[in-house]
Amino acid sequence: MIDSLKRLINYYEEVISLPHRREIASELRDEEDLFFLLLYSEMIGIPNPAYYYTLELYPYMIEKFHEWHLRMGMEKSPMHGIRCC
Amino acid sequence: MNAIIVAVAGMIVFALGYRFYSKFVAEKIFRLDPNYVTPAHRYKDGVDFVPTNKLVLWGHHFTSVAGAAPILGPAIAVYWGWLPALLWVVLGTVFAAGVHDFGTLVLSVRHKGQSVGTLAHRLIGQRAKILFLFIILILVLMVNAVFAWVISNLFIKFPASVLPVFIQIPLAIWIGTAVYKRQKKLLVPSLIALAVMYITAVISSKVGFLQIDLVKYMGGTEGTGLFGLGAVSTAFFIWIVILMVYVYFASTLPVWRLLQPRDFINSHQLVVGLGILYLGLLFANPTITAPMTNATSDVSWFPLLFITIACGAISGFHGLVSSGTSSKQLNKETDARFVGYLGAVGEGILALVSIIAVITFFPNKDAFLATYSSFGAANGSGLTVFVEGASKLATSLYIPADVATTIVSIIVISFAATTLDTSVRLMRYIIAELGMEYNMPKLSKKHVATSIAVLSSAALVLLPEGPNGFGSGGYLLWPLFGTANQLLAGISLLLIAVWLKRLGRNYMVAIIPMIFLLFMTLLAMFKQVVYEWSWFGSSSNWLLFIFGAIIFVFAVWIILTAFSALSSKDNQQISTDLDD
Repeated sequence: MIDSLKRLINYYEEVISLPHRREIASELRDEEDLFFLLLYSEMIGIPNPAYYYTLELYPYMIEKFHEWHLRMGMEKSPMHGIRCC
Repeated sequence: MNAIIVAVAGMIVFALGYRFYSKFVAEKIFRLDPNYVTPAHRYKDGVDFVPTNKLVLWGHHFTSVAGAAPILGPAIAVYWGWLPALLWVVLGTVFAAGVHDFGTLVLSVRHKGQSVGTLAHRLIGQRAKILFLFIILILVLMVNAVFAWVISNLFIKFPASVLPVFIQIPLAIWIGTAVYKRQKKLLVPSLIALAVMYITAVISSKVGFLQIDLVKYMGGTEGTGLFGLGAVSTAFFIWIVILMVYVYFASTLPVWRLLQPRDFINSHQLVVGLGILYLGLLFANPTITAPMTNATSDVSWFPLLFITIACGAISGFHGLVSSGTSSKQLNKETDARFVGYLGAVGEGILALVSIIAVITFFPNKDAFLATYSSFGAANGSGLTVFVEGASKLATSLYIPADVATTIVSIIVISFAATTLDTSVRLMRYIIAELGMEYNMPKLSKKHVATSIAVLSSAALVLLPEGPNGFGSGGYLLWPLFGTANQLLAGISLLLIAVWLKRLGRNYMVAIIPMIFLLFMTLLAMFKQVVYEWSWFGSSSNWLLFIFGAIIFVFAVWIILTAFSALSSKDNQQISTDLDD
């Protein structure tokens, strides 16, 4: 009796979760597609917008970065993009 | 006559229909193959294409197609007596709706799980697709207008239902967020939401000031409202505006945020509603007081009965669900009979209990005839009588009458509200698609399309004048809704017939219900448009005339398309099942 009741509840839960599971899966797929596009956009000729935004961080990071590469034993900045010295 | 006998007789016919007719269609006509690789397996992606257990899929299919429409149609159609309504619900379900739902499911499964709209394009041509889009556009426009009226009318008639219905919105958003963001299970939160709604219903039924009664605030039915309008006119206007604003936001939100959680609560309500009604029927053991047949002088049952019952017997909307989602989740092709045919039967069972609730409500035949005094009166009060009849059945389960009335009206309103929400969303997609088709990309913008959908629906529901003034005549649109719905079903049946013919099979199972439906629709629209709504008709109304005329032209168009598609010798588009 209790077993069949449990089965009934499980069945019912599965019925109502069915459309919901699809919706969540497709939402996740959309997010993943966007993530892939951000990662590989340059491969298909779309400039990566991430660089544009990280450029804004440049003035805040440059001092820290300079100290860091000195601590690491590098006299000059190891990256071409960041020219602190 | 005892109502239980009628219910049992209906059930027996449904059971026989499933046992024998659907078996015949499955084995001899569609020739279902248990080894056929269904789209759910072939294109399995874990998102849309997922093989699903047939019982679970049936449950989902049934809860998607069941709504307020199969309740409303039969509740109006008993105007001509209960026997004609009962016969069309039962026979229509067995021979038309069953084949339609089952057929669209199989058709879609055999064509990569594509939807009916796409299949219309493939099987008949580009024009068929446009025709299909326009008919759905008219259908959803009618649905928006009719259901906005239905909800407003129930809010005015049963003011205790307003608060619990509005409480459902934040509860649904809470469930949506809890489940989506925190990965909680669905069952418990949605049951809590249902409990909160019903507790509110009990409280608002007992406490007068919690009942939002706009008409009373304006001094009763004789009072005056805004802009010099009557109190009832103003109440209709306010509710319709509120509903349209709500539906604008609801239909632009992501599905998981509001619409889907509402569906979870509504699934519980469907179970509760059917449980209350059938258990109530069993315990109350009521006798039928309405007449078996009712000779009417204003509107003849033939052919209007067939379009008034609408979704109670066959609904074109089911084809959209069958071919839109269910076909992508079918595990084995042979499951289609269970899911599709029994999905239609489930809707038939809902329509059957709607008839019974109405015909057992009145103390005697005279009381029935006084309420159902004319076709207009039947259209206007059908649903109210259903709510009262259903709560009368519920009282035999020791539920107080006022609480039962509130709960039944909440159930009907919730169904209607989700239908409204879905249909405005659908209308937005169609407007966008037509915009792309006719090179007007602006139409495909979300807010532009939604604004057009909402404004045109609001205009349509506010225009027809009823006995209570502004907006109260929205029910006049019901026959137009019924017609559009039957036409959509007609197109789907035509597609099934074309497919079967190209495979060299007997396509009579699809073509006979199609001809029947189109004949009734054409005749009904012709009679309504010419004798009722035209400038020399008995109740001249230019709005109904225009819409009726458009639908009439579409019906003729479908018939011509059907003839050319079925007589076409062009075999290039033959669907050869497996290698398709």
